[in-house]
This record gives sequence, C-alpha cells and structure tokens, in this order.
Amino acid sequence: MTMTDQPTGVLGSRMLRREDPALLTGEARYTADIAVPGALHLALVRSPYARAKIVSIDTSAAAAMPGVRAVYTGAELADMWAGPMPCAWPVTEDMKNPTHFPLAVSQANYVGDGVACVIAETAEAARDAVEAVMVEYQPLEAVVDLEDALSDRVVIHDEIGTNRSYTWDLKIEDTEGACDAAFAAAAYKVKERYIQQRLIPAAMEPRAVLAVPQPFGGDMTLYSATQVPHILKVMTALTLGIPEHQLRVIAPAVGGGFGSKLNVYAEELLCVGLARRHGVAVRWTETRSEGCQATIHGRGQIQDIELAADADGRLTGLRVRLIGDMGAYLQLVTPGVPLLGAFLYAGVYELPKAFDFSCTSVFTNMTPTDAYRGAGRPEATYAIERAMDSLAYQIGIDPLELRRRNFIPVDKFPYEAYTGLVYDSGNHDGAATLAADMVGYDELRARQAQQNVPGSTKRLGIGLSTYFEMCGLAPSRVLASLNYGAGGWEAATVRVLPTNKVQVVTGTSPHGQGHETAWSMIVAEKLGISPDDVDVLHSDTAIAPLGLDTYGSRSLSVGGVAIAMTCDKVIDKARQIAAHLLEANPDDLEFTGGEFRVAGSPDRTMPLAAIAFEAFTAHNLPDGMEPNLEAHTTYDPPNFSWPFGTHICVVEVDTETGEVEVIKYVAVDDCGNQVNPLIVDGQVHGGVIQGLAQALFEEAVYDADGNLRTSTLAEYLVPAASDVPPVITGHTVTPSPTNQLGVKGVGEAGTIAATPAVINAVVDALSGLGVRNVPMPASPNTVWSIINAAQGGSQ
Amino acid sequence: MIPAAFDYVRASSAEEAISLIGQYGDEAKFLAGGHSLIPLMKLRLAQPTVLIDIGRVSDLSYIRDAGEHIAIGALTRHMDVENSSVLREHVPLLAHATSHVGDPQVRHRGTIGGSLAHADPASDLPATTLALGATYVVTGPNGSREVAAADFYQGYLTSTLAADEMLTEIRVPKMKGAGWSFQKFNRRAQDWAIVGVAAWRRGNESGVGLVNMSSVPVLATSVSAALASGASIDDAAAQAADEADPQADLNASVEYRQHLARVLTRRALTDASS
Ligand SMILES: Cc1cc2nc3c(=O)[nH]c(=O)nc-3n(C[C@H](O)[C@H](O)[C@H](O)COP(=O)(O)OP(=O)(O)OC[C@H]3O[C@@H](n4cnc5c(N)ncnc54)[C@H](O)[C@@H]3O)c2cc1C
Repeated sequence: MTMTDQPTGVLGSRMLRREDPALLTGEARYTADIAVPGALHLALVRSPYARAKIVSIDTSAAAAMPGVRAVYTGAELADMWAGPMPCAWPVTEDMKNPTHFPLAVSQANYVGDGVACVIAETAEAARDAVEAVMVEYQPLEAVVDLEDALSDRVVIHDEIGTNRSYTWDLKIEDTEGACDAAFAAAAYKVKERYIQQRLIPAAMEPRAVLAVPQPFGGDMTLYSATQVPHILKVMTALTLGIPEHQLRVIAPAVGGGFGSKLNVYAEELLCVGLARRHGVAVRWTETRSEGCQATIHGRGQIQDIELAADADGRLTGLRVRLIGDMGAYLQLVTPGVPLLGAFLYAGVYELPKAFDFSCTSVFTNMTPTDAYRGAGRPEATYAIERAMDSLAYQIGIDPLELRRRNFIPVDKFPYEAYTGLVYDSGNHDGAATLAADMVGYDELRARQAQQNVPGSTKRLGIGLSTYFEMCGLAPSRVLASLNYGAGGWEAATVRVLPTNKVQVVTGTSPHGQGHETAWSMIVAEKLGISPDDVDVLHSDTAIAPLGLDTYGSRSLSVGGVAIAMTCDKVIDKARQIAAHLLEANPDDLEFTGGEFRVAGSPDRTMPLAAIAFEAFTAHNLPDGMEPNLEAHTTYDPPNFSWPFGTHICVVEVDTETGEVEVIKYVAVDDCGNQVNPLIVDGQVHGGVIQGLAQALFEEAVYDADGNLRTSTLAEYLVPAASDVPPVITGHTVTPSPTNQLGVKGVGEAGTIAATPAVINAVVDALSGLGVRNVPMPASPNTVWSIINAAQGGSQ
Repeated sequence: MIPAAFDYVRASSAEEAISLIGQYGDEAKFLAGGHSLIPLMKLRLAQPTVLIDIGRVSDLSYIRDAGEHIAIGALTRHMDVENSSVLREHVPLLAHATSHVGDPQVRHRGTIGGSLAHADPASDLPATTLALGATYVVTGPNGSREVAAADFYQGYLTSTLAADEMLTEIRVPKMKGAGWSFQKFNRRAQDWAIVGVAAWRRGNESGVGLVNMSSVPVLATSVSAALASGASIDDAAAQAADEADPQADLNASVEYRQHLARVLTRRALTDASS
C-alpha cells in the first residue's frame, strides 16, 4: 500500500527520501551548477607560510593578464569592510579575539590565509593570475604545539600580546572544594591525557559561493553552500555594512557540511563585496586542497581527565583540564566548541556535585578550528569513556559492569545533573543490555579469553561506549548564560493552499539530512493528508525569512516540533470554520483522516479540502475571522534534547603489522520517537563511520613549520565504503517528554559514540600485551610502535 | 584544480607519436590513461606545454602469447590485463597484482605502459614485472631497444626512457606453474601500497619484488639467494629489506617499512609455497 492510500500512520514508517532521486541522478543543483552569464571568477592568493609578515605585493603582472578584471591586496580592500570577520561566541568577558579580515593586511597566520585575490572572466584566467601575483613575505617562527603556544614563547598576534584566547571554568554553585575532597577520599583514581587530533571535515561538495547583484536598487542575492543561510545573511550585512533587507541568501542543494559550512567565510564576504563594487556577479568554488587548508578544521584539544571512584567503582569526583586549539583566528563559534562538551564529561553516569572543569584555549598558526559533527561532545564522550575503561581495568572488573554500576537509574529521570542541567529522560541500562545482546557480548568475552593467548598475533578486542548527547540547540536563555550571540528557537509556517496542497516553510536548512521528507511526514500525519501533497520550502531567506538553520542535531527537535505545533494551529482554525459551516459546536468536532466530523453524527463531515477552499474564497467565514488557512510558530525549546545509547565495537588486531580490522559494530541509539527510521539509520551509519574515521584513519598533520602535510585526499585518509564495516543498528525508544513529538536529535550520535568504542576495542585487544592507551588515529604504524614500546622494544 | 595551459595533439600510431615527441621535444609529454599525469598537472606539479595523446593508439593495445613470454602492448588498460585469460593462465601474478591497482575507474583508464613509464616505486606493476624478470621494449626515432626491468628504473619517477622514446611493449616470461603471491598493505583499499610484495617460487628459483621500499622498485635478491641455498622461508624473509632503502612518510617510518617488508615477504613466500 502506498502512502497516498494510507495517509495516517505515516510517522514512523521507512519512507524513501524524496530528495534522493535528484541527488542520485545528478539533477540536483548545487551552487557551482547555477549558471550566471558574465559572472566573474574569484581566486585567492594564499600564504604558503604559517606565519609571515607581508612585506610587499606586486599585482601589476597579474592585473595585465588576459581576462583579469581586477587584483586586490588585503590592504586595498580594507575599506570594504564595516567590521572584521564575525565571532558570535565571546565565551568570556575578557576573551581575546584578534582582528580577522577576509584578506590578511599585514601578516599571514596560517598556510592558506588569503593575502590577495583576483577576479577574472574565467576560472582558468583567475587561477593563472594567482600565480603571477608577487608577494614578498618575511617568514616568522610559527607555533603549532598547543603547550608551546600557551607558553607565549612566540606570540602570534602582537595586538593581543598573548596566545591565550580565554580560560573558561564551569562553576557549579556551592561546590567549592567538593572535587578535591572526593579525590582525597577516593578508593580508585584515574588520570589520563588524551589528544583529540585535528580533523578536516571534507564534505563531499566543496564550498561554493555566487553573489548576484539584482538589477537596480542595490539588492544582492548570495548563493552559498552553507548550512546557515539565515545567520550568514545577518553576518554578511553587518560585516559589509549593507542593509540586511537588501540581501537575500539562498543555500541551494548542499552536499554535506558536518559543521564546516556553519560559518561565515572570507570567500562569501569577498564575493558579495566585489559583486557590489563591480556591479557584476562574482563566484568562487573551492578546490579540494583549499578545502583542506582554508575551511575550518574540527577537534584539536588536549584533554587531561581525572576520575575519583569509591571502592565499588562508583564515580565520586571528576576533574577536567582542556587546552583548546583555536587555530589562527576565531571563526563563527570557534571558542564555544569546548563549552558544548563541558556539560557531558560525566557521560551517562551519576556524579555527585564534585566536578572541576577548566578550559584554556590558545591560538596557533594553523587553520582555524570550529564546530565539527558533535562539536565538543565527541571529545567529552571520548575522554569519559576511555577513562571508564581505565578505571575498569584498574579495579579488575568488566567495563560493562563498571558502567552498569554508574548509570543514572531509569527511575531517576527527569534527572538534575551535577551541572544543574536536567536530563529529560533516559534508559541507559536498557540500551546497554540491547547492545550487549545484539553483539553477543558474553560469547565474545569467552572467545577473547581463548584467542588472546601469549604468542597470538590476531588479538580480539571489544570496546564499549555509552553516551548522552546534549542537542536540539537550544533554549535561548541557556545560550544567553553561555554568552552565545544568538537564540536557539526555530520558525515554521504551515499554509494550506486552496486546493488542499500544503506548503511548509521551515527555518532549518537541510544539507543531506532529508528534512523535506521528514517534515512532509509530520504534516501528513497531523493533517491527515498524503506526504506527497506537502511541499517543504527552506534555505532561502526570501521564502523562509525566519530561521536559525541546521546544526547541533536541532532540526527535528526544534524545527520539526515547530511544524507540528503550527499544524495544531491550522487545525484549530479549520475547526472554527468547519463548526461554522456545519453549524456545530467546535468542541463537538473530531478531526481524523483529514476531515472533521460531528461527534455522534457520522454523516455530518467536512473535509479539510473544503475548509481550505472556504478559507481562500472567504465567502462564508465566521465573523471577524481572517481569510486563508495558514499559521506560524516560533518555538523556543524548554530544554535540550537528550538522546543516548550504547555502541559496541569488535576488532581484531594483527600484532605483526599493527593493522586493526573492525569485525563487528553494533550501535544502539535512543533518539525517542522516530519520524522515519530509514533516515535515523542513515544518520547513525554516516555518524559511526565518521567517528570510526577519527579513531583509525583521519588526522590533519602539520609539520613543525606549520605546513599542512595532508592537503589532498591522497594524504588525508577519508575512508571509503570498502574500508569500513557494516553497522548493525538497534534502537530503544524513550520519548522525550519535553516536546509533543517525543523526538530527540540523532545527527551527531554516531560520531559521538563511535570514536571511543573503536579505541576502547583496540586497547582491549592489546591490554594483554601491556598496552594501556593508543593515540588516534590508530594507524598500523602507530599500533605497531605502541605494541613494541609496551613489549620493551622487542618484537 | 586547474592545470596550466597546454596544447593537445592526438597520435593515432606509435610512429606518429614518436615523430610528434621528436617535433615538440622536452616540453611535451605522452598522455596515456592520464591517471598519474593529470593529477600532477592539476596540482601544477607538472606543467607540460604539449600533451601527445596516445590513448587511442590501438595497435599498442594487445596481449599475445609469444612462446616463452607474453607480449603486452604498452597501451593495454589495467582492466584488460586483469581479465586476460592468457595472463591468468601464464602470468597469473601480473593479472592478480593489476587487480589491486586503485579502483575500477582507475583500472579502466590507466595503462600498463603508463604505470611502468611513470616509474613510481609505490606503484604495483613496476615491482611485479621486476620480480617476474620482464623486459620492456622501448621505441625511439632510430628504432627499438630492449631493456630489462632490472635496468629500467633509475630513481624516483625516472627511467632510462629518453625524452623522444616511447615504451611500446612489455614482455613477461611465462610462470610455468610457479607458486605466487601478491601482498599489498595499505590503509584504504584504493590506495597505493605502504609496502607491497610480489613473489613467485618454483623449486629453488624465486623472484621477490618490493613496492614502495626505495626510490625505485626493489628486487629482493638476498631473499631469493637464501631460498636457493636452502634457507627456510622465515630466514629468507628476514633478509627482505636488505636491498631496500625506504623513506619515511605519513604512513610509515623507515623501521616500520623494513619490518613490513619482512612480514609480508614471509607471508608471500608461505602463500607461494603452499
Ligand atoms: C585514484 C588513483 C589510485 C591509484 N592507485 C594505484 C595503485 O594502487 N597502484 C598503482 O600501481 N597505481 C595506482 N594508480 C596509478 C594508475 O595505475 C595509473 O594508471 C598509472 O600509474 C599510470 O598509467 P596511465 O596510463 O594513466 O599514465 P599517464 O598518467 O597517462 O602517464 C604517466 C606518465 O607516463 C608517461 N607515459 C605514459 N605512457 C607512456 C608510454 N607508453 N611511453 C612513454 N611514456 C609514457 C606519461 O608521459 C606520463 O609522464 C592510481 C591512480 C589514481 C588516479
């Protein structure tokens, strides 16, 4: 039976994504596919040095080349900006934020920092002209080590006089001394240092920008491969000093972002500024190497974590010190990323109010970091989940048993955590038990005991990770308490057209998630119509003027809920019209299957289609009622959403070569009610692979001089389908009590859970050889070296 | 990723290609499958001003049984080598090693001649043909000459090919029932080898070629000598890195490469002897 035959029961079905045919057949139009006759092509001259004074720039040869319209240095464009590039998250009052312009004016601070730009009639001419721009640099010593940066031995930005951007402590009222006391009284203590290597987001579609001046009047349309058209509009207007109402931002088909397109980039501002200056469209498409160098990186933290536990292994205290790598400048939300993790360091465990957290963030001569899938939360989960394994090892109990002893019990939800945040719901033992059953945990442990005998060169390892995710960003007042520069609401409009087709306008901005499918399913379920009759409009600030876009697993639990609430308003209005037409009391009307019926009189019905037409003609509406059937909601969520789960990874490590093979991976995620389980599974699959990639494959490697050694996908090892295991998914369902759909986010869950599960498995495999920790990525060479070191250097 | 400007000419025969390269000289390059050359050009690490496209020189795309050896035309695509019944019967090691080159897209475009002429020590086929004792036929304005694979490779990406010469044929001796193995160790399936070993063994005779263990493909002669004098596989394999001079890179330290060469050689010889 097709959906059209059965309009109700849509929610929870594995409906195929309506987005996919266009994406799979190449019909979808990305920014770079949009043809604009006469558009000029932008190309940037980028610093080959990690830190260098710009002594002089000679643009004359480049400017004289065929097809070149103009060449500008950073100094020559200084008057184009009303302000520097924006950072929306000044996490502390005294945070240091060095001035950052789209093109550096006097000093370049990372390899890839733009120093000049060319606009030309073709991309080829622009590229050739870049080579002809003569820049004289005076190379300066670069800083790439975080602790070296902290020492201020070399200060990167003279204007701020230090490399330290900020120190942020998570202060919990009336708990002073509690953490120290817990450590003093602890039966067990764990102290570990973990390194979160830098990652390159590497979205499938590179960034692309197209700024098109509209005829007369000064209006400008900016197309960008962005996750955040609404935020980009505000920030572009502010940075360029142009009236916001004259700017329209459109995110056409966008091929993935993972946070890397949650930003305001130099190229976006340059395209708009130069299009205004020259009165002609200007476009830019990133090359893959530019994507590696000049699109934000993720992670980049040193984590020192200490656990205190009582004799049963129950956590009594937790201390965390972070050093965050900001890179050369602060981008849109760079400084806030460690804060997003700060609240999750105790994971899914009961911790008394004995928590001590401090993060110091530093500038380095590397690409700026910013939010990358999970943003702070994967780092936090990694640290606690690795440390829990260390604790289990120290106590000599099974890691699953240790976790069970510490889970927040199911009957304590809603649970006020040590941080003051309230976890709305959870069932950690349920998720862990299901995952253990699915993977065959007890049999695996038995097999491991047989397999990992002395001399064995194929060692079995089993790694667990449990997680809580704080997502659904976010209650605006909580964001205010964290000094974030915007709110966390989301907007929705539901418009029933005269022919009973429905337009939904959402402020979310999908870039691969399948919102069109999911939102149409919500509306179909609510209004009792077919999802095929629902069109979802998004990602264009002229069509969807209100919105806060897509990141932080927020779209469904904020934007989707806003749509459901709006449907209720539509139904309310329709009820008034139906009552009027049926001459019934509104309270006597039932709404099911897309029609109103008078309770007790089954033949007195009024379909939504008739009401929609009535509302449109407005010939016979109740007195004082406005025509048309349309409603709007701006929804500010009362709480974050708190998905959780347990992942279990099984690996075999070849101790001769150091190769890690993932032989089984089970992911149990609880994201509350599922609108479309097919989409949920897709999110989990992709997330798990991305998390596994951090564990085993990916690292942005810099040399001591600040040169990025992984600037193509030949060196930066994004795994392909053939390199990763199948992901076996399972779910428990604990609906969120804070929204009417009972939903929680799932976009980042896989990434958060997978990294520690994989590394825990690798360490577990090698624990019999004396290995206690394995740095990421656990490449064959690294694993081989670690085994050698643990064995005292002999093989 | 836009290459510097270049001119393009297409040759329809080997003679035409050679005469064109004579005409354009040093600034010209042959374009075969383009799967090594084009990436370098896009990164502007190579900037030839003329490309002579030999991709359609169909008289150089063949696999023939020539009695003692199999003759392979230089423009034969990897996919055709991999699937050739003649090679699978007489030189299965080469057909199999070729199936490990990149991914299907690469193997449908890339050619055996391009792979060997490019002389990348990290490529699979130079070391494999070296292990098999192949001879390459090189043709220039004054006719053809034969070069043993062992004499062909001079250094990183350099061979004895003169600027006006073209690799036209590869002659690979029949394996005559020898046991064989190809061990490719990499982090992602479609990547070049971190270390690779191509080995065959027939009684006391053997050949072991090492991928990515020096600036040129390496013939592990000590291993074969040890086997010939009756050493065990373990003992022979322990000498696998003796002729090698590996470099460190992001994937492997020098020591790790040497270690991998020994482990993989042992596995290859065990495989080839079973
Ligand atoms: C993604 C990717 C993955 C790959 N993975 C692997 C791998 O795992 N293992 C591996 O071995 N290789 C790999 N390759 C390389 C691939 O095998 C290439 O096909 C091969 O190296 C070059 O062959 P070609 O025909 O494409 O040569 P081209 O790129 O056209 O030419 C290469 C060079 O040889 C010269 N040349 C070509 N033919 C001749 C000739 N007949 N005479 C004289 N000079 C000539 C050219 O002028 C040029 O300098 C990979 C390539 C890619 C793009």
